[in-house]
Amino acid sequence: MTHFLHMGGYAAFVWPSYGVMLLAVVLNIIWARSVLARSRTEARRRAAIQGDSE
Amino acid sequence: MTWTWFHRLGSPPYVYRLAGRLTPWFGWVAAVLLLGALYDGLVIAPPDYQQGDGFRIIYVHVPAASLSLMIYTSMAVAAAVGLIWRIKVAHAAAASCAPIGASFTVVALITGSLWGKPMWGTYWVWDPRLTSELLLLFLYLGYMGLRSSFDDLQRADRASAVLAIVGVVNVPIVKYSVVWWNSLHQGSSLSLTGKDTIATPMLVPLLVSILGFTLFFAAILLMRLRAEVLRRERAASWVREALSS
Repeated sequence: MTHFLHMGGYAAFVWPSYGVMLLAVVLNIIWARSVLARSRTEARRRAAIQGDSE
Repeated sequence: MTWTWFHRLGSPPYVYRLAGRLTPWFGWVAAVLLLGALYDGLVIAPPDYQQGDGFRIIYVHVPAASLSLMIYTSMAVAAAVGLIWRIKVAHAAAASCAPIGASFTVVALITGSLWGKPMWGTYWVWDPRLTSELLLLFLYLGYMGLRSSFDDLQRADRASAVLAIVGVVNVPIVKYSVVWWNSLHQGSSLSLTGKDTIATPMLVPLLVSILGFTLFFAAILLMRLRAEVLRRERAASWVREALSS
């Protein structure tokens, strides 16, 4: 296991690279979900206002 | 051949529903492929004879870099379709591409510099490949900045589409920079026409990784596209029906 984590002496470059990609994947998911949730909330709010005025 | 499918893709309610149905499929297939590529790339693939285990950065760097170009090209094509045929959904798709493409460009630049340090002895050099990739990031950021500077959505769509289309000239410059100029960056490992310059056990996880990240991009794009379509269509009656069901 330590041999694997050592990455033949390149651990300081390999693991941060994978870490950066993981971070990008997680942030992309969080951002996209929050953008979609915000659009939904906004659209619901508008629909409710329109429903009241009718 | 009928063109009804193409016309349907211009219809916001149809796109909203279709994107919603497709997102989980793309997402889960991407997750399976990426976990497979992760194991194959980090554990199964043998170390490189020159770069040792350092070469394993390829499995995140190359997918990020190729997606940075592919997403920009998709964005420019969507923007052109929106501009020429005045299709709102196409503008929405172009706008949805930008933040995802920018994030992959950042990953390509950071992983590239983490790869450059042990192999070239430096994190950064003003080399044609690296410089044109940095320019790509500025194009994405410029596109996003330009969009947000307009209050009127139609004007934002049109102005940013022109920038996206003009900027596409940078895509072949990034891609062929290692061929055209004497670059420090190594040549391409993959080739669509000739022979790949990478051994099969190292190639398989790379292809799986590229496919996995491409599907991941598709899933995120569909989520952002739905958000963008909702934002533009929030006054329409179908939105109320779609949200209440």
